Amino acid sequence: MGVAVQVEGLTKSFGSQNIWSDVTLTLPPGEISVLLGPSGTGKSVFLKSLVGLLKPERGSIVISDTDIVRCGEQRLYEVRKLFGVLFQDGALFGSMNLFDNIAFPLREHTRKGESEVRRIVLEKMDMVGLQGAEGKLPGEISGGMRKRAGLARALVLDPEIILFDEPDSGLDPVRVAYLNQLIVDLNAQIDATFLIVTHDIGTARTVPDNLGLLYRKHLAMFGPREQLLTSQEPVVQQFLNGRREGPIGMSEEKDVAQVEAEMAALQARGGDRHNGVGPKGAVGGDAVPPQLDPSPGLPERRAQRRRQERVARMLHDFDPATADAIRASLPADLLAQVDAGVFAPTVGAHGRHWDPTQAVGVLPGPRDGR
Amino acid sequence: MTGPEAPGLLDGPLSPARPLRASGTLFAFALDTFRALPRRPFQLREFVQQTWFVASVTILPTALVAIPFGAVIALQLGSLTRQLGAQSFTGSASVLAVLREASPIVTALLIAGAGGSAICADLGARKIRDEIDAMEVLGINPIQRLVVPRVLAAMLVATLLNGLVSVVGVAGGYFFNVVLQGGTPGAYLASFGALAQVEDFWSGEIKALVFGLIAGIVASYKGLRAGGGPKGVGDAVNQSVVITFLLLFAVNFVMTAIYFQLVPPKGQ
Ligand SMILES: Nc1ncnc2c1ncn2[C@@H]1O[C@H](COP(=O)(O)OP(=O)(O)OP(=O)(O)O)[C@@H](O)[C@H]1O
Ligand SMILES: [Mg+2]
Repeated sequence: MGVAVQVEGLTKSFGSQNIWSDVTLTLPPGEISVLLGPSGTGKSVFLKSLVGLLKPERGSIVISDTDIVRCGEQRLYEVRKLFGVLFQDGALFGSMNLFDNIAFPLREHTRKGESEVRRIVLEKMDMVGLQGAEGKLPGEISGGMRKRAGLARALVLDPEIILFDEPDSGLDPVRVAYLNQLIVDLNAQIDATFLIVTHDIGTARTVPDNLGLLYRKHLAMFGPREQLLTSQEPVVQQFLNGRREGPIGMSEEKDVAQVEAEMAALQARGGDRHNGVGPKGAVGGDAVPPQLDPSPGLPERRAQRRRQERVARMLHDFDPATADAIRASLPADLLAQVDAGVFAPTVGAHGRHWDPTQAVGVLPGPRDGR
Repeated sequence: MTGPEAPGLLDGPLSPARPLRASGTLFAFALDTFRALPRRPFQLREFVQQTWFVASVTILPTALVAIPFGAVIALQLGSLTRQLGAQSFTGSASVLAVLREASPIVTALLIAGAGGSAICADLGARKIRDEIDAMEVLGINPIQRLVVPRVLAAMLVATLLNGLVSVVGVAGGYFFNVVLQGGTPGAYLASFGALAQVEDFWSGEIKALVFGLIAGIVASYKGLRAGGGPKGVGDAVNQSVVITFLLLFAVNFVMTAIYFQLVPPKGQ
């Protein structure tokens, strides 16, 4: 099973420039989460903080019992072995061809023979659709190919946590669709914890279990996909519908009167549902589209059941629209338990609604039994 | 103390603490490099490649600079000794000038200007493409992997270049003195042996070794801290060359002073 990442009160500044403060969220083990946010809000900085490349001033990031904000260098290198990271531009080593790039982690960290290395590398290259490009140098291929090669390199050591920095940027829509399917399939196969930073709303709507939005130096919202998709929060709505009307301006915030006028005009046109299609797959107002399933023939995502139990436990926290959307995604047996009042609010979980010590897939006993 | 404070003397771009902090991090970086030095496995391949690379960008410019440098010294000394009536010492004087000062300085200029800038640009380009971050995430320490072989390569090439400059400079001096200024070969060689000693050569080599170390460390330090896109790499290269020059000339002065304390001049 993937590893949980618990972030508490994280604050990062460069000199006097604060990037974000007090970010608290938990990436539940094995689930796929997407982090959204306007350009320059520090999403890449957040990813780099998670792997310990940048040191936040305050807060903690706990991964398998280690706070990587404060642990020693040796321990950090250990924890990093859990990670696979796809950087924004692939970050391939420019002096090596694609084969050597992807084989690099294997040659450094394992004692596998060259034929075994070759088998694994070719398998991963096949997985991301790069067969036949082994001998190319990173400078000779397109940005989309570099990205896929970076993904293959991130996967060779079978990581437990995979971070993607804008996997879709620079890819055509068909490739993005394949990549999203690949992400879901991978998750079903290796049950790792995924965090994807993206600007693609279509991806954010259909791929993840959890969604978050970073805005104005804070984590504006983080929770189950349905929570953000049905949110009435103006910033979240504006972002997920990819429209100009709303608090987010081109470069800075707008004044309140202007925002109100814009929103009135939007309502007069019939609201988001009748606003047509926005850029980057933004469409559909507050509809909750079905989540992407693994390809036929693959095992079911093990995180799926865990997540259903987790969100069933937090149903009572949500407003009716969100709760309805979540109920629609739950299987009948869980719904029956919810309605029978089996799930008590998880007291003291700090909004986590998930107990790290609890065995996988095991439902807690009835309320009076605990 | 509570609450935000007003910016004090120690904040902002004009703070006197800034240069101190900058030199502190440079020294910390140098220490990290020394600590990574004995760590196995030694990156032999990278070391050989880098040695070849630094040598290939420095050898030709060094030879081209060394010839006129030797010639200028020979011309200056030739006319000076003629005015003083000490023509027979032209040979030894020019050899001493070349061995003790000119050749480490020429080496320093080229190691910093050609070798260091190439190292810094290479590492800087990798840094802004996130290659260095990717390497760290893959569990590889970039100091051990990239910096140590580069610093050692710069040191090795610097000592070799110093030998090259010495030979080319002395030969150039001989040519100008004997062929163009009409000096006698015998007097040139005899005075050479009278004043020059083998310590002069060693001092030049030790200087070159230290210069290579400084150039390698400063170039790697600046390269690994490049930021802000391609322009950031350009700035880093520029700063690395300037900082290395400043350090090299200061260190050269100190080392020369120490040399004269330690090694008694011949013929006293
Ligand atoms: N090493 C650094 N030193 C100083 N400032 C930095 C550094 N890295 C990032 N920043 C600043 O942090 C802010 C956030 O950058 P970041 O790259 O994380 O944005 P982002 O949300 O990933 O944007 P995008 O969606 O365009 O990729 C920017 O203002 C940037 O200038
Ligand atoms: Mg980014």
